[in-house]
Amino acid sequence: MDFGSINPVLLVASLMVAATPIILAAAGELIVERAGVLNLGVEGMMITGAIVGFIVTAHTGSSWAGFGAAALGGALLSLLFALLTQFLLSNQVATGLALTLFGLGLSALLGQGYNGIKAPEFAKIDIPVLTDLPVVGPILFGHDPMVYIGIALIAAIWAFLKYSRAGLVLRAVGENHDAAHALGYHVMRIRTLAIMFGGACAGLGGAYISLVRVPQWTDGMTAGAGWIALAIVVFASWQPWRLLIGAYLFGGVTVLQLNLQAAGFAIPVEYLSMSPYIATILVLVLMNAGRAPGSLGRVFHASR
Amino acid sequence: MLTLEKRPQPSKNWTYAAPLLAVVITMIVGGFVFAALGKDPLVAIRTIFYDPLFGEFASYSRPQLLLKAGPLILIAIGLSFGFRAGIWNIGAEGQYIIGALAGAAVGLAYFPDGSRIVVFPLMILAGVAGGMIWAWIPAFLRNRFKTNEILVSLMLVYVAESIQASMALNLLRNPDGHGFPGSRNLSQIPASANLEIFANTGIHWGVFTALVAVVVSYGVLMRHRFGFDVRLAGQSPRAAIFAGVNPKRLVMTCMLISGALAGAAGMFEVSGPAGRVSIDFNVGYGFTAIIVAFLGRLHPVGILFAGILMALTYIGGELAQLSLSLPGAAIQLFQGMLLFFLLAVDVMTNFRIRFGSKE
Repeated sequence: MDFGSINPVLLVASLMVAATPIILAAAGELIVERAGVLNLGVEGMMITGAIVGFIVTAHTGSSWAGFGAAALGGALLSLLFALLTQFLLSNQVATGLALTLFGLGLSALLGQGYNGIKAPEFAKIDIPVLTDLPVVGPILFGHDPMVYIGIALIAAIWAFLKYSRAGLVLRAVGENHDAAHALGYHVMRIRTLAIMFGGACAGLGGAYISLVRVPQWTDGMTAGAGWIALAIVVFASWQPWRLLIGAYLFGGVTVLQLNLQAAGFAIPVEYLSMSPYIATILVLVLMNAGRAPGSLGRVFHASR
Repeated sequence: MLTLEKRPQPSKNWTYAAPLLAVVITMIVGGFVFAALGKDPLVAIRTIFYDPLFGEFASYSRPQLLLKAGPLILIAIGLSFGFRAGIWNIGAEGQYIIGALAGAAVGLAYFPDGSRIVVFPLMILAGVAGGMIWAWIPAFLRNRFKTNEILVSLMLVYVAESIQASMALNLLRNPDGHGFPGSRNLSQIPASANLEIFANTGIHWGVFTALVAVVVSYGVLMRHRFGFDVRLAGQSPRAAIFAGVNPKRLVMTCMLISGALAGAAGMFEVSGPAGRVSIDFNVGYGFTAIIVAFLGRLHPVGILFAGILMALTYIGGELAQLSLSLPGAAIQLFQGMLLFFLLAVDVMTNFRIRFGSKE
């Protein structure tokens, strides 16, 4: 065992990378849930984004094209969920589960023949002087663009919900869909758009795993990241900035256990690798003070 | 303009028709998927749904049908109580794994001596207990800390998989296995083997238990106070509280029932068809059982048929993999689609479609 081999600066830098897929997916789900919809299909949309992004990148050689395609793929898949829950008024829990099972099957089918190929490298941002700074450099300036896009997304969602009129309408729909409907807002349209945004974000998160974090394609590679994103939204009490804290906490546990594995820590590998999931459960137990949006998970039917 | 009008009561006819219609639509859309993969859709559908029952090798595949349907039915029966009452245990896969590990551990502890009359029942008890312990965690956390049982039960699947890997590599590893991961083959040890009760029918003790579970759960659901409570809590939680149903006890009971049955299913699988604890002896029955439960309308008899149908897609899928080289993932997609279409068609059960808007 050698703790000296664990470099705290690199640890922080890599936890930011580990947290990014969760941040992206959870940010989308946060908007979906603030609109009053519980989409449990995050895992399915992430894995679909992961393979769609990987296929497009493998053929075009451009990671950006891959991310774009992944967002599109996730949004299209989530449209299925929107159709079922908003227009055919199905149970959101069951439909979300169906979306996950469907997405896992779809991605495995699409991913045939892509196993074991390595994705082209996604260039990191390199700012000559700043990146070379000790400690601060690698933590703040040495990442790929998606890390910053994730943080920017959180800031944008925060501002959207807090200051924009559209954000207020979205929150109204999520808090009380009957009242919002009576005020003349299009509940189904707003929710459908929110669901698609959530799908696009989940797709981006999935693509980040297959294009940057791993970076190759294997069946079922998201390994519960979508479910962890759902848990982080609960942890964050539906508040954007707390979501960032939750994701970094989770990223920290993941990276730390990987480092401990590499350092030959006395605990067997299998027990270390379950730690992120146990940490998520603990977090759910300790943080349940938040209040969920009033209409979360309820079916809206304008009976007039 | 189409509008939906809520039915005062769910339609009886559509309750039965929706699953059948969903199967038909899935076959049609699945046919398109198979065609897109360059296979003849009609041949593919026939290979999956007809050949296992009446085709050339039916005498081999028919017993397989019950073998695969057994665990699916057993797990789905357990899940159906909770799903009816709005308690979402989606971590049956984890309870299945822990049940299998507990059962296998007991069986291996008695190796090489120990008589079957003692060992096998003890293994079943251990499997049930293992599944119950794993299901108790999300139930307790929900009752005590209001945590979401969906997320906790699902996280515990990943934890269970890690424990499974650890057991296959360390504690339960076969000492005579030349260092390869995996335990002794329980199905080849007379005391611990989950044997067929009737030769060549595929009916082993787990399938038998599943059939008993169908009958018992029908009685409980339709004729017992607990079944009434479950149905009431599902339709109106407030009414259930006024009727004297203790919601926390209901959560605990439903979770423990599903955990017990999933654990038993895991134990029967690991001592029978799977044979031994390995890194990946679980094949996702815990998740497929969710589809089975919904497709069977959360009703014991429906689940029996849905389990057999889903087993058919597994076996037909394997057959199509061999004869048509249809990718295995296509079947997974097929199963996912089935649940999707069922949920979509289900709108007809609760709503009526009206043409033209009523002003």
